[in-house]
Amino acid sequence: MRNAFAETLYQIGRQDPRIVIVVADISPAGSMSKFRDEFPGRFINVGVAEQSMIGICGGLALRGCQPFAYTIATFTIYRPFEQVRDDLCYQNLPVTVVGIGGGIIYSTLGGTHHAQEDIAVMGALPNMSILAPCDPLETEASTRICGQRTGPTYLRLGKAGEPNLTANAPEPFVYGKLRLLKPGKDACVISYGPIMKMAFDVAAKVEQTQGRSVAVVNAHTLKPLDVDGIGRLLARYETVVVLEEHSERGGLAAQVKQIAWDTRASCRLHTFSLKDEFIHLFGSHTELLAAHGVSVQQACRVAFGVE
Amino acid sequence: MDYENRIFDPVASRHRCLKLRRRILAMSQTVSALHIAGAFSCLEIVETIYFSLMRPSRAGHKPDTFVLSKGHGSLAQYTALEELGILSHAEMDKYCKPGGKLGTHPDYGTPGIEASTGSLGHGLGLSVGMALADKINGDDRVVYVVMSDGELQEGSVWEVMMLAPTFKVTNIVAFVDLNDFQSLGRTSQTHPNFYPVVDKVRAFGWEAVEVDGHNPQMIYNAVTARTGRAPLMVIAKTTKGKGVSYMENVPIWHYRSPSPSEYQQALAELAQQEAAGGGQ
Repeated sequence: MRNAFAETLYQIGRQDPRIVIVVADISPAGSMSKFRDEFPGRFINVGVAEQSMIGICGGLALRGCQPFAYTIATFTIYRPFEQVRDDLCYQNLPVTVVGIGGGIIYSTLGGTHHAQEDIAVMGALPNMSILAPCDPLETEASTRICGQRTGPTYLRLGKAGEPNLTANAPEPFVYGKLRLLKPGKDACVISYGPIMKMAFDVAAKVEQTQGRSVAVVNAHTLKPLDVDGIGRLLARYETVVVLEEHSERGGLAAQVKQIAWDTRASCRLHTFSLKDEFIHLFGSHTELLAAHGVSVQQACRVAFGVE
Repeated sequence: MDYENRIFDPVASRHRCLKLRRRILAMSQTVSALHIAGAFSCLEIVETIYFSLMRPSRAGHKPDTFVLSKGHGSLAQYTALEELGILSHAEMDKYCKPGGKLGTHPDYGTPGIEASTGSLGHGLGLSVGMALADKINGDDRVVYVVMSDGELQEGSVWEVMMLAPTFKVTNIVAFVDLNDFQSLGRTSQTHPNFYPVVDKVRAFGWEAVEVDGHNPQMIYNAVTARTGRAPLMVIAKTTKGKGVSYMENVPIWHYRSPSPSEYQQALAELAQQEAAGGGQ
């Protein structure tokens, strides 16, 4: 995803002189070094100084630029939180704050590098939008959208090497709309971000063992969330599952539950989120997720009775 | 920079400052509290920037920019904008009232307000971002930014302080309103190792100069005489509450409105200063 982001940014930056990249001492992945070499004036490295990164992006945007602030998610949004709130959101400026390693994908770097409550924190800010693509293809689509937005966006990315899952998706990527990735009649799994593969695996396992038809739906735009679309899923399917790489507080699962209440949904709703606890465990991304109950096995067992 | 089209008139400047102080005092009588002393301490700085330094739109060029990073000094900015005709009298009469646009801290989107401020330590970063954009776009614009001395305790200020000379944003002129007061007392007592401030600023690569912050001529000279080889920071020594004897260096006036009798006394003092040739 990192490379897809960098390549897309390079492509749109070649066309649009408003695009400026502001990084905080992070190596310019892939095509970002091409951007730096071709447009040195529009590639700004502030060093280990994230408050300046966001403040400077705010000033650039006040002058009509379309800046992207780029570093590891925890440093992009937590350290300079008040700059994100006041400089970007309060003034409603078109700055994209890019968090690489959103969620707990930096699974061996420890809790200081986990953004497991980022959607709740960013989602609480008025004017802020949140995009969390699930693969390199969606990262490209998201980055292009960010380059055209008129307000602030938090772009939550994974890291590198994610496979493409959406090449044959029946629906296109549309900002603010759920995206059907795999049709199904009986049950539906909603997810977002790099753990989308897990949603496909749950669907496949249930279909193989129970013969039920399971849809996979991507909620890539966490804000503004497609509330009507989720309401329709809750009305249509007898079983709805939410899988997410985020705290149970203020992420997708909590919002789907709220929509279920508001729409008097009668389906069975199972949500699998990270616990409201820091993670003191070092291992693979999958192992950390499983430790908080987010796994194919857990979802299949609890939601579908499939061992 | 080309200042030929701006004529500096020290007498007019002094009289204008008295006029703005009177206007701020009048507004103080419409609200129960306001940051009057901090507005008085930066008044000559703000007046000189707006009336003698900033270049308006001119053929092929966009206007210079002003950011009040010490947003609580907004009355100095609002009254200057009213004097320039950018804010209407009717709008000023709705200061801090329902239906008005003017609050205690300036809001982006209000006529003449180019950045939302109020939380200290934000204005310099925004200003450097603007100045960088002007460099990218090849625009000849100067960004003026006014900070407080207490604000220099914010780490975010020093992040940007390191960066601005590195990025060679020589189109930025920053002021520190060094009135030596913050909410809990004298800044020189709470942070004694911070002085002299001018040395710290120079150590970070800025061109820096100390001036009497209530002397428009010195402020004007400091800016127009700069070398332009580095961003400029003017350390302006000021008096909190300047112009009204009972407010000067008395912390309670950080956020208090004068009573009717105190208001009359303040007006009388300003009248005396006017009769004596414009104060100071």
